[in-house]
Amino acid sequence: MTEKTHVPAVEGLFTMDQRAPRLLGTRCRGCGTYFFPAEKTFCRNPVCDRTDLEDVPLSRAGKVWSYTSANYKPPSPFVAKEPFEPFAIAAVELEKEGLTILGQVADGVGVDALATGMPMELVLRELYQDDEHVYFTWNWQPAGSGSDA
Amino acid sequence: MSKDVAVLGVGMHPWGKWGQSFVGYGVKAAQDALKDAGVEWKDIQLLAGGDTIRNGYPGFVAGATFAQALGWSGAKVSSSYGACATGAQAISVARANILAGLCDVALVIGADAAPRGFFAPTGGRRPDDPDWLRFHVQGITNPTYFGLYARRRMDVYGATQEDFAAVKVKNAKHGLHNPNARYRKAVTLEDVMGSVLVADPLRLLDICATSDGAAALVLSSMDFARKHGTDPVKISAVSTVTPVYPNDIIEMPNLATDSKAGVELPEIGFKESIAHRAYEEAGLGPEDMSLAEVYDLSTALELDWYEQIGLCAAGDAEKLLRDGETSLGGRVPVNPSGGLACFGEAVPAQAIAQVCELTWQLRGQAEGRQVEGAKAGVTVNQGLFGHGSSVICTV
Repeated sequence: MTEKTHVPAVEGLFTMDQRAPRLLGTRCRGCGTYFFPAEKTFCRNPVCDRTDLEDVPLSRAGKVWSYTSANYKPPSPFVAKEPFEPFAIAAVELEKEGLTILGQVADGVGVDALATGMPMELVLRELYQDDEHVYFTWNWQPAGSGSDA
Repeated sequence: MSKDVAVLGVGMHPWGKWGQSFVGYGVKAAQDALKDAGVEWKDIQLLAGGDTIRNGYPGFVAGATFAQALGWSGAKVSSSYGACATGAQAISVARANILAGLCDVALVIGADAAPRGFFAPTGGRRPDDPDWLRFHVQGITNPTYFGLYARRRMDVYGATQEDFAAVKVKNAKHGLHNPNARYRKAVTLEDVMGSVLVADPLRLLDICATSDGAAALVLSSMDFARKHGTDPVKISAVSTVTPVYPNDIIEMPNLATDSKAGVELPEIGFKESIAHRAYEEAGLGPEDMSLAEVYDLSTALELDWYEQIGLCAAGDAEKLLRDGETSLGGRVPVNPSGGLACFGEAVPAQAIAQVCELTWQLRGQAEGRQVEGAKAGVTVNQGLFGHGSSVICTV
């Protein structure tokens, strides 16, 4: 039996570096503003007319802006584990990039373990599988708490 | 030049789950609005429809769909979409045509037949569509955003889940006698606090349902209204603003905010800018408002709106609520209709329904929920992808 190939659920959003994954954004070479998901065509800052945006991996670490949970199974196109297990979701502020980015919280860490301002870091987790592939997405996890730290 | 247009007539189809086509709901609301206005369909010069995206092609061309259903009359038509703010887009089209002198009298209709449960994106793999992407890669639904905002209120302002529940209790009481409301039942704090958790800290009764429903307005120039012999409620402002870059608050359906690195934040945030623009246009302020209809997708969001429409300073919404200022009989009742808490959301009808309620209130016809001596009211609403919506009505 062959090993399934590990792939991102959607190309171009993050690196597949399991030890230290990075979200992939862009930065305007003119005004320095960032975009995630990557804006490749033109800068969206209204006072900047540049079209040269550089690909940049974003900071792996940030702080919780707010958090919540999904206690009911989200509808398709989400592919939920069966049986569905509720998960937490955090909005994490990246200081350098000035972006707040959403993501599920990894490994069954619930809302009780989260707090506004808590340091978090990026990890990769399996989203779902088919016959040939394991599809990954990004999660946030309390900084320094897991094997990926 | 006066920017006022007259609200000659209003009509609604009751909210619920009726299992019928959105077209029939819209026609019923339109016929009620025409009757209320004393205007015949054949005299309507422009029909402005609010689109629904969950009812096939007829929903994308709602203006023409309603025109055909009412009987082709040769009226000009428009169909517009702005997610939850769709109704304001349709009102804005009708008002602009009237103020430009391109027509004297227009009919605005929004109607929806909604699915049960979570709203989900339409089909197909579309990684470039933020609405598809957030569901697929993170399982993020609309209540996720409501939960994030609610938790933020708790952590920053010390709001409690009891405060959120008290919003539902208030709105349920307001809507008890509203014949168009779907839920007309008193609710206790215990009912809300005992309902299942959906998006922590929000429970099932903190979050609005999705409903079928329809609302319609007959709008006209002030001249037409005077010739018609009426002294109507007026629309004095319509705000359909978009955000100013960078918007540093996470918004549906995005996975990330704009970046504030190297860019100055705007003077006021997007949500604050929505009613602000309407106040500017009307030459009025929040202190002039007798009532407000705000988009309570969740109980906690209603509290955010208190601050964002200027009823109180940031962080003071819970006090305003606890002091009874936003209840019927208080200084500025909010959602006397019962709000989304009693209606559930019928997307393209909602911003129009808010104006129907202001009209009934300003006419003194809001039986069982009347704000005594109401002179002016404000609506506020927001559609995903950056649609502001606020209307000010006066008498």
